[in-house]
Amino acid sequence: MAIADLANPSRFLKFANRTIPWLGGLTMVAFAFGINQAMVAPDDYQQGATVKIMFLHVPGAWLGMLGWGVMTIAALGTLVWRHPLADVAAKAAAPIGAAFTLMCLVTGSLWGRPMWGTYWVWDARLTSVLLLFLLYLGVIALWRTVEDPSRAARAAAILTLVGAIDLPIIKFSVDWWNTLHQPASIMRLGAPTIDPSILIPLFILVGAFTLAFVTLLLAAMRNEILRRRVRTLRLMQASAAS
Amino acid sequence: MEAASHMDFIVAAYAAAGAVVGGLTAWVMLDYRAQLRKLADLEKRGFTRRSAPVRGEPAMQQAKEEA
Repeated sequence: MAIADLANPSRFLKFANRTIPWLGGLTMVAFAFGINQAMVAPDDYQQGATVKIMFLHVPGAWLGMLGWGVMTIAALGTLVWRHPLADVAAKAAAPIGAAFTLMCLVTGSLWGRPMWGTYWVWDARLTSVLLLFLLYLGVIALWRTVEDPSRAARAAAILTLVGAIDLPIIKFSVDWWNTLHQPASIMRLGAPTIDPSILIPLFILVGAFTLAFVTLLLAAMRNEILRRRVRTLRLMQASAAS
Repeated sequence: MEAASHMDFIVAAYAAAGAVVGGLTAWVMLDYRAQLRKLADLEKRGFTRRSAPVRGEPAMQQAKEEA
């Protein structure tokens, strides 16, 4: 099956139905292996055992930003090509991205308290991630407020494209401003600054969480397609009754 | 650094992450069942996809095949 074929909602449903169980199983195996590796990883020489929170915080940050990236590409699909599956992808990705951004914020706070002495500071990195979470809530509210899906999709797409400005701000905030948050230690010019004994379990768990994200996104898109079919049939029912 | 003194923060972080992934999974699965149930209800009333209120291919069966 060519990727372009998946642009058809019915073919996408068949693809999702076949793929989701396999992806779900693979995700569980990856989590089991990743959490085991995280638990046996050594403590950090400065941060001690709290470095284990990094195994959750980094995937949360990555997927929070990936979610908005998916929505940005889908927004272009909505506004430029007016493709209904782009609307479906954007709507399905919003709550998933919001949940992972919340996970990033919560685990970051729980890591910050023992390391920085505070749960929260209004530095550029933390504030820009909080802004991303609020943008997610805004998009979700738009989808729920506007009843007509195609009108909601256009409004949400515009907000998504505007909000995409926050992604480079999050990434480079630690370079542009003095922040309590540490500078980039993984995605940076040159090699990562983390020891392989901690970096490898981190990569495994980033992979596991990414698999979970993809599985949940496919499942949520399937639900959204079915929801639109229910809506269409209910409109038929209403017109038949009148 | 006393690892044990920070264990509550570590446990709370893993519990939060578990709640996020578990909550998302439960939401997606329950929503899927709800949509199938609604399609089945519409089928009972005679409304199927690509058809007016006429008996055609059962909507529930079609949705299960496609979804």
